[in-house]
Amino acid sequence: MRNAFARVLTELAKDDNSLLLYYADIGNRLFNPLKEFAEDRTINAGIAEANMASMAAGSAMMGHKPFIYTITPFTTSRNFEQIKIDIAYQNQPVIIVGTGSGLSYANLGPTHHSFEDIALMRALPNMHVICPADAYELEQLMPQLIKLNAPCYFRIGKKNEPAVHEGKPALTFGKVHVMRPGERIAVLSSGTIMPLAQELVHTLNERGVSPELVSFHTVKPLDQDYLNDAMTRFDHVITLEEHNVNGGFGSAVLEYFSEQVNWPRVHRFGIPDRFIDQVHSTADARAKAGLTVTDIMNTLSERGVV
Amino acid sequence: MTHLISAQIRHTLCDVSNKTKTPHLGSCLSCVDILTALYWNVMNIYPDQPTHPERDYFLLGKGHAASALYTSLAYRGFFPVEDLYQHGSTGSRFEEHPGIHAPDGVETVSGSLGHALSLATGMALSKQLQGANNRFYVLMGDGEINEGTVWEAAMFAAGKHLSNLVAIVDFNKLQGTGESTEIMHLEPLEEKWRAFGWHTMRVDGHDLSALVQALEAAKSIQQPVCIVADTIKGKGVSFMENDNNWHYRIPTEQEVAHAKQELGLS
Repeated sequence: MRNAFARVLTELAKDDNSLLLYYADIGNRLFNPLKEFAEDRTINAGIAEANMASMAAGSAMMGHKPFIYTITPFTTSRNFEQIKIDIAYQNQPVIIVGTGSGLSYANLGPTHHSFEDIALMRALPNMHVICPADAYELEQLMPQLIKLNAPCYFRIGKKNEPAVHEGKPALTFGKVHVMRPGERIAVLSSGTIMPLAQELVHTLNERGVSPELVSFHTVKPLDQDYLNDAMTRFDHVITLEEHNVNGGFGSAVLEYFSEQVNWPRVHRFGIPDRFIDQVHSTADARAKAGLTVTDIMNTLSERGVV
Repeated sequence: MTHLISAQIRHTLCDVSNKTKTPHLGSCLSCVDILTALYWNVMNIYPDQPTHPERDYFLLGKGHAASALYTSLAYRGFFPVEDLYQHGSTGSRFEEHPGIHAPDGVETVSGSLGHALSLATGMALSKQLQGANNRFYVLMGDGEINEGTVWEAAMFAAGKHLSNLVAIVDFNKLQGTGESTEIMHLEPLEEKWRAFGWHTMRVDGHDLSALVQALEAAKSIQQPVCIVADTIKGKGVSFMENDNNWHYRIPTEQEVAHAKQELGLS
């Protein structure tokens, strides 16, 4: 996904001189194609992420549309106050890119895991939060984010994530993408956990259930039109994300429903409220976090959903 | 002439503090001469067109001294001096720390320390890329430079040879609760900035001609410049000078009158 990010940014920056990239000394060679024609707009800010966030705000004030790019925890939680004051409060069009989100960097330990970033970013007024499921979604959404001209948090994966679409889907920022329609149960997936959602739907199909599968790429603002419709169509809403089960996408959905009347039962699946360590791979980390079809099916079964 | 302006600004600061119960008078008084040098002698500004594209930018790092910035802007003609008495009231543009609704001439929000140099560095870099000639002036407190981001920005700006960037440290030797040189190992401060790749100068921060000379000299130096300005917290009012209680204290009406006398205005 990070390769797709670099490729799309390179394409867009050819036609738009206002695009600027600050990166915190990662992505060796990743941005070489961008440097070839825009070396002065491809800026290594050093391993100094707080300064990078504020510099990007300063650049935005001068008419640039900057991206800041590094591994998710360092582009969100390490520099949180700079994002809050200089980007969000001053409403500057900086796109904050977190690469290797969730448990992508599983073996690098909790320092490199991000399970709090959505909670942090969605708590900031003016901030938009977007979590594409694959490179196709990234490619479709990036130009739309630039057009927004507002603070955005773009939560992407690492590399070699499987494509969940067969080609470019027609996506609109702020609107869900229904992958396949269904009934009784809706599986709402946000970000790179989508393959697990697809596997879950497959398993549910085998049990004779035909759930709706949705890519909820925009976490803030939530697609309230869809949720209003979902309230009338489904008995159960399952949310899936590679983020702490508290404070993230599932919480956002639950918060919205809690202010409505007659809302469906919500089942949130994510990383439980504990640190995940001593793992070799993302698959191991997900297993340790209970993010497997078996675990999810067991919970749904215990709750009488299936 | 500008000495009189400094005195007038100092008196207004005391009076506004008394009438609106605005604290941080000591911090405000220490940077008045620096602001006077910048706004009356050095910076390219357009009070009638505050967002003129060719203006120079001033960024206040030590946001708690907002009152000093507002007062300087008022006397420089950005808005009426009477407006200053709206300080801190509900709905006022004159918040104790400048917010997004701050009056004309205030370029960025401030209040959390250590942001301004980073912001200005990004601004200066962008303007350099755009081939524009705007210059960026950042005023920081000595307490403020405890913050690590200041030194992150310092390294970055030097690496990019940002000759359109000037940092001024209001070195009054006192921060919130004690002596800044004891709370952190600040000295030798000028050498620190030099080691980070900046051209440095050290001046008496209350000597207007020395300040103007240094700031003018900075315009032709092809690297970022840091001016360490030795100042006195509470400068100009004998009973406030070097007394850190005036970081938070509000003067009485009698104390304001006394200050006015000492400033040579009555």
